[in-house]
Amino acid sequence: MSSTALLEAIVDGVLTGGVYALMAAGLTLIFGVMDIINIAQGVMVILGAYLSYELSVHVGIGLLPGLLITVPLMFTLGVAVEFCFMRRLRDQDRTQMSILITYAVAIVIEGILTAIFGVDYQQLQASYVNSSIHVFGFYLADIYLIGFGLAVVLLIGLYYALYRTKFGRAVRASLQNRTAADLIGIDVNRVRTISVGIGVAVTAVGGMVFGATNSFNPNTGYDLISRLLAIVILGGMGSIGGAMAAAVFLLVINDVVAVAWSPTWAPLVYFAALVIVLSFRPQGLFGRTAVRAQ
Amino acid sequence: MAMLRRCALAGLAVLTAALLAACGSSSSSSSGSSSAKSSGSAGKSPIAIGASLSLSGDFAADGQAFQKGYQLWAADQNAKGGLLGHKINLDILSDASSPSQVVSNYQKLIGSNHDQLIFGPFSSLLTVPSARVAARYGYTFVEGAGGAPSVFGAGLHNVFDVSIPVANNLTTFAEWVASLPAAQRPKTAAYATVNDPFTQPQLPVAQKILEAAGVKTVLNKVFPAEVTDYTPIADQVASSGAQVVLLGSVDVPTVSAFTHAFIQQHYSPKAFVATAGPDQGATFVKAVGAGNENGIFVPNGWFGGFKKADSEQMVKEYIAKYGGTASDVNADVAEAYAVGQVLAQAVQATHGFDQSKITAYLHSGVTLDSVQGPVKFDAAGENLAQKTLTFQWQNGTLVQSLPTATPGASKPLYPKPAWTG
Repeated sequence: MSSTALLEAIVDGVLTGGVYALMAAGLTLIFGVMDIINIAQGVMVILGAYLSYELSVHVGIGLLPGLLITVPLMFTLGVAVEFCFMRRLRDQDRTQMSILITYAVAIVIEGILTAIFGVDYQQLQASYVNSSIHVFGFYLADIYLIGFGLAVVLLIGLYYALYRTKFGRAVRASLQNRTAADLIGIDVNRVRTISVGIGVAVTAVGGMVFGATNSFNPNTGYDLISRLLAIVILGGMGSIGGAMAAAVFLLVINDVVAVAWSPTWAPLVYFAALVIVLSFRPQGLFGRTAVRAQ
Repeated sequence: MAMLRRCALAGLAVLTAALLAACGSSSSSSSGSSSAKSSGSAGKSPIAIGASLSLSGDFAADGQAFQKGYQLWAADQNAKGGLLGHKINLDILSDASSPSQVVSNYQKLIGSNHDQLIFGPFSSLLTVPSARVAARYGYTFVEGAGGAPSVFGAGLHNVFDVSIPVANNLTTFAEWVASLPAAQRPKTAAYATVNDPFTQPQLPVAQKILEAAGVKTVLNKVFPAEVTDYTPIADQVASSGAQVVLLGSVDVPTVSAFTHAFIQQHYSPKAFVATAGPDQGATFVKAVGAGNENGIFVPNGWFGGFKKADSEQMVKEYIAKYGGTASDVNADVAEAYAVGQVLAQAVQATHGFDQSKITAYLHSGVTLDSVQGPVKFDAAGENLAQKTLTFQWQNGTLVQSLPTATPGASKPLYPKPAWTG
C-alpha cells in the first residue's frame, strides 16, 4: 500500500468522522442533559434528510439555505417530544424508560416517512455533492469538506453554549442536582426542553450531510443508530468534544483497516478498538464526570 | 394536568396512526382481487397462499416490489377463476429482512395459519432458512429470488427457483468484454463485492473469463453488508485506474456510493457493471443523479421491455396500478409473478394441493412457462431453461444490450459515456 493511499484513507476517515460526529452530537447532548438515550436519533437524522429533500426537490431551496428552515423545524420536533414524552419520565428510571419511549418515537417517525415517501431510496443532489478539489495527490469531495466544516462549527458552538454561557451553566446545574437548581431559580423544565430541542435540531444538519453522501430510505436510521451509539459511548456519554474525537478515531481506524487490510475486518477492528478503550476508560475518552465538572 | 392528559392522548393518537401506517402492510391477508369472479369458484372455499417478505429493513424496496408481483399475479389468477376454482387470498407477513424473523414467519404461515401453499421470500440470504422450515413441514418452496449456490447446495429437495441461478449472472458481460477486439478490450479490471450469498459467487466466474482474455486483475475486495463508510473502498477502486469495474451489490445505496465516489475522484471506467441496483428503475437514476446512470450495466433475467405477451400484460397492469413507465418496473415484480405462475401450473397439473405431488411434478423435468421465459428445474431446483441477459442504461432507458446477438438487443455503449456530474 502506498503512502498516498494510506494518507487518503486517514483523510477520508477524518472527514467522514466529522459527518458522524455531526449526527452523534445531538445524541450525546440529550444524554448529557437528561440522562435520556435517544434511540430515535438515527431516524431523526433520516427525517432531517427527508426535510432537506422536500425543500430542494419540491420547493427549490438548496441544501445549505434549506437548513435555515429544517433546523427550526427539528428544534420544534425536539421540544414537542420532550414536552409530550420525556418530561413524564420519573428520575429514578429515566434512562431505562427513555429507551422504550424513544424507540416508539422512532417507529412513529419511520411509519410516517414510509407512508409519505415509501421505501424507495433517495439521495440529495447539489452541485457540490459530486465536485472535489485536488490536494496531496488525491481528490477530496467537497460535500465531505462541507460536512466536516459544519461539524466543527456546530460542535464548537454547542461547546461554547454549554460551557461558556449562563444557559450552559443552568443546563449543567440542573443536571448535577435538580432540586438545588430549582432552589436557585433555574427553570429546570425549560432548560431541559430547550436542550432536547437543540439536540434534535443538530440532526437536521447531520441529516442533510448524510443524505448528500448516502442513499437513504425510512429504514436507514436503524443502521445508523448502532454506529452513533458506539461513537457516543467511546467519546463519553454527554461529551460534545468526545463525540468528535471518537467519531474521527473510529472512522480513521475503519478506513485505514479497509484499505491496508480488508474492508471485511474493518467493523471488527472498529468495535475491538471500542472495547479496548472502554476496558481502560469505562467512562469513555471524555467521561461524563469530567464533562459535568468543567 | 388536563393539558398534559390532552397532550398524552394526542401523542397516543399519532402513535397509533403511525404504527398502523408502518405496520399496515406487515401482516396482512389480502386477496388478489376483490372483484374476482369465476364461474367455477361458486361454493369452493378460498385458499391462502403464505409468504414472508422484507417489507422493512435492508431489503424493503425489493420486498415491497415482490409484494406487488405476488398481488398482481393473485389478481390475474382470481380474475381467471382462482386456483382449481378456489379464490386466492395472500397471507403476507413482514420479516424486516431478518433471517431469524423469516423462520418464525414460515412456521406461523404453515404451522399456525395452515396456508395451503407458500411462496418464497426475497434474497438468497432469507431463502435458505425459510426453505428448511418448509422442508420440515413437507411443503413445496417455489421462490424467485434465491438463486445463490448456497440455496441449491443446502440439500433441500423442495426448493425451486424460477429465476436464473446467480453464479453465472456476469458471464454474459464477461464474455462480451473478452470478445472485444484486443485494441478496445480493457487491460485491467477491479472487483469489489459485498459479502452476500447473492453477489459473492458471481465475481470469481467473471474474473476467470476476463483473466483468460488477458484482462489483469488490479484490485479484488470483499466488504461487509453493513458498511460504515464506502469511501475508502470506492477510492481504492478509483486509484487502481481499472478500465472495467465489476461491483457485487445487492441494492441501490452501494452502487450509488461507488458512483458518487468515482465522480468525485474524476474516474470513469470504460465499463461498469453492478449485480443489482441499476435494475431499480427511476429509484436508481435519482440516487446516482440523472445522466450518471448512462452506460452502467446490470445482469438480469427480465426487464420492463421484455417482448412476451404475458410479460407485456403484467407490465401494463403494473403501470395502470402503480404508475411510471416500463423502465420503472423492478425485475423483482416479474420474479414474484413468475413464482405464482409456476406454482399455479403445478397445482393445475396435479389437480390439487398435495405438496408431495407438486414437488414431484416440478422435479419431473417438465418445461413450464412464466413472464420471465421458460422454466425447467434440475435436480437441485435450479432453472436452467433461461439465459442471463445483461442490460444497460442508455439515455435514460434500461435496454437489453447483451448478448448482442439477441433479437432486439441495443448496441452496447462502449466505452461508458463520461459522468454528467
